[in-house]
Amino acid sequence: MGTMNIETAEGRLEALRRMCTIREFDDTASELFADGEIPGFVHLYIGEEAVAVGACSALEDDDYITSTHRGHGHCIAKGLDPERMMAELLGKRDGYCKGKGGSMHIADVDAGMLGANGIVGAGPPLATGAALGIDQRGEDRVALAFFGDGAVAQGQVHEALNLAATWSLPAVFVIENNQFGEGTPVEEQHHLDNLSETAEAYDIPGITVDGMDVTAVNEAVAEARTRARNGDGPTLVEAVTYRYRGHFEGDPQPYRDEEDVEEWRERDPIETFFQRLRDRGEITEEEFEAMRSEVETTVEEAVEYARDAPEPEPEDAYEDMFADPAPEIAQFAERLRADGGERGGDR
Amino acid sequence: MSAQNLTLVQAVRDGLHTEMQNDEDVIVLGEDVGKNGGVFRATEGLYDEFGGDRVVDTPLAEAGIVGTSIGMAAYGLRPVPEIQFMGFIYPAFDQIISHAARLRTRSRGRFTCPMVVRAPYGGGIRAPEHHSESKEAFFVHEPGLKVVIPSTPYDTKGLLISAVRDPDPVVFLEPKLIYRAFREEVPDEEYTVPLGEAAVRREGGDVSVFTWGAMTRVTMEAAENLAAEGVDCEVVDLRTLSPLDRDAVVESFRKTGRAAVVHEAPKTGGLAGELTAIVQEEALLYQEAPVERITGFDTPYPLYALEDYYLPSVARIEDGIRNVVEY
Ligand SMILES: Cc1ncc(C[n+]2csc(CCOP(=O)(O)OP(=O)(O)O)c2C)c(N)n1
Ligand SMILES: [Mg+2]
Repeated sequence: MGTMNIETAEGRLEALRRMCTIREFDDTASELFADGEIPGFVHLYIGEEAVAVGACSALEDDDYITSTHRGHGHCIAKGLDPERMMAELLGKRDGYCKGKGGSMHIADVDAGMLGANGIVGAGPPLATGAALGIDQRGEDRVALAFFGDGAVAQGQVHEALNLAATWSLPAVFVIENNQFGEGTPVEEQHHLDNLSETAEAYDIPGITVDGMDVTAVNEAVAEARTRARNGDGPTLVEAVTYRYRGHFEGDPQPYRDEEDVEEWRERDPIETFFQRLRDRGEITEEEFEAMRSEVETTVEEAVEYARDAPEPEPEDAYEDMFADPAPEIAQFAERLRADGGERGGDR
Repeated sequence: MSAQNLTLVQAVRDGLHTEMQNDEDVIVLGEDVGKNGGVFRATEGLYDEFGGDRVVDTPLAEAGIVGTSIGMAAYGLRPVPEIQFMGFIYPAFDQIISHAARLRTRSRGRFTCPMVVRAPYGGGIRAPEHHSESKEAFFVHEPGLKVVIPSTPYDTKGLLISAVRDPDPVVFLEPKLIYRAFREEVPDEEYTVPLGEAAVRREGGDVSVFTWGAMTRVTMEAAENLAAEGVDCEVVDLRTLSPLDRDAVVESFRKTGRAAVVHEAPKTGGLAGELTAIVQEEALLYQEAPVERITGFDTPYPLYALEDYYLPSVARIEDGIRNVVEY
């Protein structure tokens, strides 16, 4: 809940704002990628905003989450700073991982964000471990893992579910079923109609909710959190949603038509939530416009911050290898000085 | 003989296609290899031609993909699983190391594992960590596995066909940086390039430079530049890292008495150490200088701002070779 208690009108507006921030951040990332400003691969969260925001609005600020390769939405929903996120995307030194990780590895332990993850399925065991720690220390927190429908096929996801269930840990597992793992439709990857039925194998509660509806996701996760806090163990929540963009930016998407995307857009999570709030008299069109332009400014400022941030220094590569400084840093720096930094590398 | 100008990744496809036509036991499987033709399009069109039983789209489960392939191989098929990037192979590491590599010895030769695990490897594509790493040494360290890394389209097709026909498991690593970097004449008909044989890419008398995969081209460029300075490099592309062509290594070193090794992988525990040991064991009395290791750093593969430092560059390779020659 924290600053985003969806049971209050103020919290609902904050949820709407975060969803807009995610959309704007990722729309901008898409443009920057197309312009060659972002290296590597970016996987955008556009269309799935209700899942991250719905789930995080049911958490307290000091709860933990683990994320995926498609992690920008989780970061923003958990309250990470768009400036340092954008700097990380651009590979800059002021990014969350000093520009070494990029889009797929943003982490901020202070914000309870245990990491986006380039390895599909790697997050749930980490959340399980955090939940075990919470349990042993008797803290009033939970750990929540986001993972995709594709990840449900990975062995380590099932190991995590089994551990968390067997030990009755304060963990919440959230499947983001966006209908595809890369180009393969969910029904070609699984023998279940609803992925939440996986929970039956571990004798834990499983529920499938509308992932385009932020309040539906919020309710399911809030209930799961209460259960976890009461010592009744983990819950598996499946949020049914859709990604509007390709799997990664540049994906030619031979596996679907634009009409499929259009169909889902009719239930756009931001638009529908806004309409609901407007109909309840909690926000006007003008206020929504104003919110959107504020969000645009936030993201523009993030881009400026990221552009102005310094590039990492070559010796930063050796930084943070171990708690003790790696001896190579000194050798490497010496060598760089010797050739004026032209040639790089140690020998 | 008809031939086509192919890129390296097209040669992968051509090699797979050739063997799928030759032998109906050859089955390709992996994430998005079928209808979508693979993340790098290495299996493009194979699904349409051979159907979903022979080009199998799998769920996202590397341990399952490789483990299933091992079972298929023991059963008598010739599976060719694809792992999308080498950095995603670790969920399958247990199956490759504990089972594929040992099935033959464990069963005293009654079971074999004719499987080829294909994976693109290596850096230079501006992506961090798992998307760029070169961990060939893990697999070379495991007895019972063959490890192959081509550097040209011609070799790619010939080596892949040899790998598919080989009675034992092969880890076939493809240098994705040069998947589309250049084209070469590749014969339409089938041919093989034998596993376990290095290729001398440039003859020279002053220093032997051992390399493989994407580093071969950079090393060749450094060698040409050095030739203008009067340093005559012999560039040896190892092509198969396990079993290593020890004879080719030793023969070249006996001629030059000096050596450098260029690889992308981190230095510590990398194959440059093994090659250094080989020349010392077999040709110590010919040695005129310490072997120079021109490699990646002992760090995870960094994001792009540091990538140009991480990967051995032409300039760095030249420097390293000069060190050996001037020693
Ligand atoms: C272990 C592993 N295998 C393969 C990949 C390549 N890969 C990245 S994302 C992805 C699809 C993931 O699908 P899903 O879990 O549904 O998440 P989505 O992308 O739909 O959000 C694949 C195959 C990877 N990153 N890690
Ligand atoms: Mg998915």
